[in-house]
Amino acid sequence: MSVNDRIVADFVKNKIELVTTVPCKQLAGVIEKIEESKDIYHIPSNKEDEGMGICAGAYMGGKRSAIIMQNTAIGVTVNTLVTLTQYYRMPLPMLISYRGELGEPVACQVEMAVHTKALLAQLNIPTYHFHKEDDADELDAILKHCFMCNKPVAILTDASFWKGY
Amino acid sequence: MIRSDIIKNLIPVISNEFVVCNIGLPSQELHMMDDQPTNFYMLGTMGLSSSIGLGLALAQDKTVISIDGDGSVLTNFGTLPTIANNVADNFILFIVDNGSYGSTGDQPTYAGQKTSLTKVAEACGCENVIECQAEEAVDVMTAAIASKKMTIIVCKCESGNIKVPVITMDPVVIRDRFMRELAAANAE
Ligand SMILES: [Mg+2]
Repeated sequence: MSVNDRIVADFVKNKIELVTTVPCKQLAGVIEKIEESKDIYHIPSNKEDEGMGICAGAYMGGKRSAIIMQNTAIGVTVNTLVTLTQYYRMPLPMLISYRGELGEPVACQVEMAVHTKALLAQLNIPTYHFHKEDDADELDAILKHCFMCNKPVAILTDASFWKGY
Repeated sequence: MIRSDIIKNLIPVISNEFVVCNIGLPSQELHMMDDQPTNFYMLGTMGLSSSIGLGLALAQDKTVISIDGDGSVLTNFGTLPTIANNVADNFILFIVDNGSYGSTGDQPTYAGQKTSLTKVAEACGCENVIECQAEEAVDVMTAAIASKKMTIIVCKCESGNIKVPVITMDPVVIRDRFMRELAAANAE
């Protein structure tokens, strides 16, 4: 099973029925699998904070949801994470492409990479870093943890994990 | 008429519906006039009332009304294409368009100048877009609820505010009682 199929299978296994996405090159494969999945309603967002609002609504409507986005979005969504997701205590798995790590060809991406973990730590967001393909073995447990504690949870996936850019 | 007049007039029509209410004065006004578990008050996060309402409408069957503002829609402009392309016929977006950022002191918005939110919504692909005057709000909302079609209402009114207390309720309480009420309604 490809890593993209495994990620979607773990989403489905954990009853995630709505996924919102803002694309990144590294995430193209998994977004395509989300779109193809019959068990998941895929709703592309124009901006990541909008997507988090949709996820908050879906959660209150009784459906589990998740967001797939790039790490640059952490800069966009700090206020939403703090005043919506965390303040109202809602679960939100965030599958994040960790751009700007080893193998990155675009220098500007490094500018946000150096702040990514610091921002997530500052926000007290449980953060997991997938560097090797086997790291995805933990995804199921991470999703269960997220829905157990009703917190946003970050899964950073770097270029090595995706086997290139 | 100003926003608080519209909300007051709408209460008999929306009181039995699930309502997501915009940050600041709209939530404070609704909270003061008709607090109940079917209201979800936004205490932060300007702009996301329509996104939260869309997520709610897509996730379950009961009618969801987002009360939004012209300034907040301008803040989260990307919401209109998303709404247009993900039709939820149990969703009504009610935009109080007073041409100003009411909660922050009535600074003018572009919606009160050259920009028509009605035309923007239509251009984004929204299908049932109705612009009305404040006096027509009750009739338009009543028809929208009955239509069972996703509807965007742009309700024009004057800017201005009344004095209202802030909401001191805990956010988790607001969220929890709303979710319980909604789950119960869906279980009926
Ligand atoms: Mg306004």
